[in-house]
Amino acid sequence: MIGEAGLKVPTGPSDHAQGPAHAPVELVEYGDYQCPSCGKGYPIVKRVQRSMNGVLRFAFRNFPLTQQHPDALNAAKAAEAAGMQGRYWQMHDLLFENQEYLDYESLLQYAVELRIDVNRFARDFRSPKVEKKILSDFESGVRSGVNGTPTFFINGFRYDGDWSYYSLMQALQAVAAETQPV
Amino acid sequence: MDLLQKGAQAPLFTLRSTPDQDLSLEDFRGKNLVLCFYPADWSPVCGDELALFNEVLPMIRKHEAEFLAISVDGVWCHQAFKKDRKLRFPLLADFEPKGEASRKYGAYLEKEGESARALFVLDAQGVIQWSYRSPTGINPGADGILEALESLSAKEEAV
Repeated sequence: MIGEAGLKVPTGPSDHAQGPAHAPVELVEYGDYQCPSCGKGYPIVKRVQRSMNGVLRFAFRNFPLTQQHPDALNAAKAAEAAGMQGRYWQMHDLLFENQEYLDYESLLQYAVELRIDVNRFARDFRSPKVEKKILSDFESGVRSGVNGTPTFFINGFRYDGDWSYYSLMQALQAVAAETQPV
Repeated sequence: MDLLQKGAQAPLFTLRSTPDQDLSLEDFRGKNLVLCFYPADWSPVCGDELALFNEVLPMIRKHEAEFLAISVDGVWCHQAFKKDRKLRFPLLADFEPKGEASRKYGAYLEKEGESARALFVLDAQGVIQWSYRSPTGINPGADGILEALESLSAKEEAV
């Protein structure tokens, strides 16, 4: 089930993405590290990535619902700050795997675990650059019709179906089949 | 009755916003206004929808617009829901006579006895500039509202 709303800002160099740059299928998630549904979606996305290895590119954009989830913005900052030292995905995984512990002390602890420069991490965490990145993710999401977290886009179209492994795989494989050269 | 469309004058209403306060549509004359009708407090989809608008509120306010959410729930229910979800906009109770305001906008589901999931953007004169009704199970997102507000701002600047 593909919705009407489309991704208004295509993925680019400022995005965090995994998988081949020119993969035929692109999955973009707008998510919130403190959102329980996103936490449920996390292992499903991992599994989908494994199943579609080589044909799928996966990008994650921040969509923190800060009023509902008081630690969501800080968690997003931690991921971006770790990204500035080349450890974005490692932090991303740690955040989703430890969703119950997203207070500032815990975030610093994850930086230590990732063996990045913690002082630099703390500085980047507070930097306007990181805050701007998160806000621009959020705004691009709003513009694109993100209507809660997680919201997925498949090759630029909002996916309105349920995101169980089976449904998501079906949608992705259908898109993969369409994009196969005849 | 069908959903009121662009160009229609928005019907007036006065509804309770807290146990001892009323809000009227006329209070917002001179400002752009977003009206969000939704089926019920506490139901999971509405919660998501209002949580989204709660976050998007600064983007809405940039356009000199206020935001009101309306359902048939009573004031005490609204009060608890608003506090729990930390909502930063008024929730109006279309409670007695039940659904009267929603009906005037063509945003009432008779069978369910709830407001439909509908959005309206009103200009400073209280004229509907954009309206949208989404299927009850689908959260509409905020992109339509923002686009409508943007074209309103562009029009005002051109004048």
